[in-house]
Amino acid sequence: MSHSLLTITWAGLIAFAVFAYVAMDGFDLGVGILFPFLQRGGERDTAMNSVAPVWDGNETWLVLGGGGLFAAFPLAYAILMPAVYAPVIAMLLGLVFRGVAFEYRWKTVRAKWAWDLAFWAGSTIAAFAQGVILGAILQGVAVLGRSYGGGWWDWLTPFSLLTGGSLVVGYGTLGASWLILKTEGALLERAFSLAWRFGVAMVTAIVAVSLATLSLGPDYVRRWLAFPTVLATAQAPLLVVIAAAALFLSLRRKNERWPFRLTLALFAVSYAGLAVSLFPYVVPNRVTIWQAAAPASSQSFMLVGAAVMIPVILAYTAYAYRVFRGKTATEGYH
Amino acid sequence: MIDALVLARAQFAFTIAFHIVFPAFSIGLASYLAVLEGLWLRTRNTVYLDLFQYWLKIFALAFGAGVVSGLVMSYQFGTNWSVFSDKAGAVLGPLMAYEVMSAFFLEAGFLGVMLFGLQKVGPKLHFAATLAVAAGTFASAFWILSVNSWMQTPAGYAINAQGQFVPVDWLKVIFNPSFPFRLTHMVLAAYLTTALVVGAVGAFHLLKDRTNPAARKMFSMAMWMAAVVAPIQILAGDAHGLNTLEHQPAKIMAMEGHYRSHPNGAPMILFGLPDQAAGVVRAKVEIPKLSSLILRHDLNAPLAGLDTIRRQDWPMVPIVFWSFRVMVGIGLLIAALGGLTLVARLRGRLYDWPPLQRFALAMGPMGFVAVLAGWITTEVGRQPYTVYGLLRTSQSASPLSAPAVAASLAAFAVVYFAVFGAGLFYILRLMSRPPQPHETGLPTGPPTRAAGITPAPAVDADRALLPAE
Ligand code: HDD
Ligand code: HEM
Ligand code: HEM
Repeated sequence: MSHSLLTITWAGLIAFAVFAYVAMDGFDLGVGILFPFLQRGGERDTAMNSVAPVWDGNETWLVLGGGGLFAAFPLAYAILMPAVYAPVIAMLLGLVFRGVAFEYRWKTVRAKWAWDLAFWAGSTIAAFAQGVILGAILQGVAVLGRSYGGGWWDWLTPFSLLTGGSLVVGYGTLGASWLILKTEGALLERAFSLAWRFGVAMVTAIVAVSLATLSLGPDYVRRWLAFPTVLATAQAPLLVVIAAAALFLSLRRKNERWPFRLTLALFAVSYAGLAVSLFPYVVPNRVTIWQAAAPASSQSFMLVGAAVMIPVILAYTAYAYRVFRGKTATEGYH
Repeated sequence: MIDALVLARAQFAFTIAFHIVFPAFSIGLASYLAVLEGLWLRTRNTVYLDLFQYWLKIFALAFGAGVVSGLVMSYQFGTNWSVFSDKAGAVLGPLMAYEVMSAFFLEAGFLGVMLFGLQKVGPKLHFAATLAVAAGTFASAFWILSVNSWMQTPAGYAINAQGQFVPVDWLKVIFNPSFPFRLTHMVLAAYLTTALVVGAVGAFHLLKDRTNPAARKMFSMAMWMAAVVAPIQILAGDAHGLNTLEHQPAKIMAMEGHYRSHPNGAPMILFGLPDQAAGVVRAKVEIPKLSSLILRHDLNAPLAGLDTIRRQDWPMVPIVFWSFRVMVGIGLLIAALGGLTLVARLRGRLYDWPPLQRFALAMGPMGFVAVLAGWITTEVGRQPYTVYGLLRTSQSASPLSAPAVAASLAAFAVVYFAVFGAGLFYILRLMSRPPQPHETGLPTGPPTRAAGITPAPAVDADRALLPAE
């Protein structure tokens, strides 16, 4: 395989890993974000149990995304990580808190509230920080030679705060529609109403982020609005409208399966929009995937492993989800 | 003035030192759980099942802490060592990608089944899940130690025009000269660490009730482990040292406290106070020629000292010297414990000889101390390089300002002590309860937990101090 084909393949694989992460950890972070809206005790127990057996696997996609970037595009990793230093650390610490809460919450009665709080705050901070990271990269990163060339607050702008908040409501919607899938009774009712409220916020956020992205600079305007590409790119907003309408319809009809799928569809379209905004850059307008690529010997060595392992991983991940399929509350784990 | 480099190093050392404690325990415990479940399936002796359930709860806690602290590690390379990442990413990144693909997904994918799934999938498949998790922890150690060993003894690479390391021969990269030694020594260390913890918990409950069958079983199993593995570990450590002498002689000089060369036989310094500024060891107690005997198998073999090396290439001797002695001292103590238990077995007093149980109890945390001391020896001893002899630590760091690194270091310190302090508290509380016949462990309906165990102990034990408050 030629180096340039390898590079494209790896860009695609990392994009896939990141999307798998967003889709899967998205719903379990979302359940954490929704915690304050759930009744203390029973409802929170069920909500947490619905994700407990799978969250660790979900989070592993984040390690693959970060590790893959390090391995296949070391220069990009080296420039971007210092650029988004503070939000990365915040994300990691958030993930520490909510990760241990899965265990600690059951080890105490008196301090249970504290781990509920840790689960909510950790999930929310992690989601917000991920959104901020995304915004900070989109708005551009200063580069000096082969390193990051800016300051340690450069990431903080109204735009990155907007993307941060947007991801929180997006994950919240995903979490609510996951709960619709996995619960019943009063919790199910609550999940429907939460999905409605977060869904409205999410669609608003998608519109806001799209417009704000266009205001970031002429490059983005050209990418999205120049003729004839606009014929293709215009499909994205159209798909958003269709998916959003279908989502709200399914919520009104109290369908228990479709809201989750449709929320995922909204994520997928937004994610594809990101690709339009970025490709072929990893650091916008500064470093392309070709410039950041590791040598062919590194990429092909890993590709052998990925070709064998990723299908296997997907297979046993599917198996694990199957073992725990169905509504959490009724079946329980006997 | 503390600069960003020193802070970045402190942050890396702090976060990795926290992380390593959990894998050191969970590598060993995962294997122990697999052995327990296998023995139960074969003999149907319920003591094994009770022990399995008992340790599974503790494993779930330790494993969760290992996962979240490990996630931090995988981003530390980019945040704090971005220049290093750019230079070494093409060689080390793929090894870590293999770790993610072959180890982390395996552990994470089957952990849920292992913790929650016994009733859902039946004992056979459940045992397969336990084995998969154990295999995953070993694969983790394999790949990450290959990474670390490559940084100690780089091989199979070339350097390109941008000054990046590029792989030339993957087999040489993976099986670099120090890797087999480091992998062996570390995996044995994990087994010993776990054996000491299990043995201490067994001893604790034997001191209160020497008839508890599960306590007897775990004490006996753990002490066989210590008795057999401690001597092997000492041999493995010796072999590791000889390998280091060949590839990183300055590290051995620091471990031995040899500032000066010894043309006819070097002494073994047992204790002393290395004075880095003056380049001498003060107040030392030494055995003549022993060092040459151990390292060269010849009493009069010459051994070079740090005086043959440029001053700016010296590692920090006092730290290496002392951490090495702590590790070796503990290794000898573990061997002594193992030997004593053999004597006790011969005399038929393994379970009711309180001094022995107290000794085992005191040794409980010592595996962790030895692991940390060993890593400090390894890592400080390789300074001032991140890639030995090729890339200096001072040229590896990210272009960050000191306040940024200081703030994040402070945040890590506060969060880690709070979070993992609470975890330690919960683990100790679980351990302080004796294993019961028909130990619960299977989730019996909602509420279930990531650990998948009944919450009964949480209620009555809650009278104790709560760390989160
Ligand atoms: C329970 C833990 C434990 C015990 C009892 C010992 N070690 Fe160890 N040692 C480790 C745990 C460890 C470790 C944490 O696993 C290290 C750090 C890096 C490595 O590969 O292993 C290590 C490193 C390490 C090194 C550094 C090698 C290098 O960095 O190049 C040497 C020379 C030894 N050991 C030698 C010994 C000897 C002679 C022991 C005899 C008593 C001994 N160790 C007991
Ligand atoms: C196997 C995985 C490991 C890798 C890849 C690794 C890599 C590194 C790197 C990149 C540094 C920074 C350079 C420096 O400041 O020296 C470092 C330093 C350090 N590491 Fe490790 N390390 C590993 C395991 C460990 C473990 C398990 C410990 C446990 C205690 C440890 C202790 C330290 C210490 C104390 C330093 C600071 C040394 C100094 O500042 O003099 N390392 N290591
Ligand atoms: C800088 C070095 C290191 C990095 C980047 C790193 C990274 C990670 C990550 C990301 C995880 C979580 C995996 C998951 O999501 O399931 C993890 C867990 C683990 N790591 Fe590390 N690690 C490092 C050092 C080490 C060392 C030195 C060892 C042992 C020799 C080790 C052994 C393990 C094991 C066995 C686990 C499984 C979880 C557990 O047992 O607690 N790691 N590590």
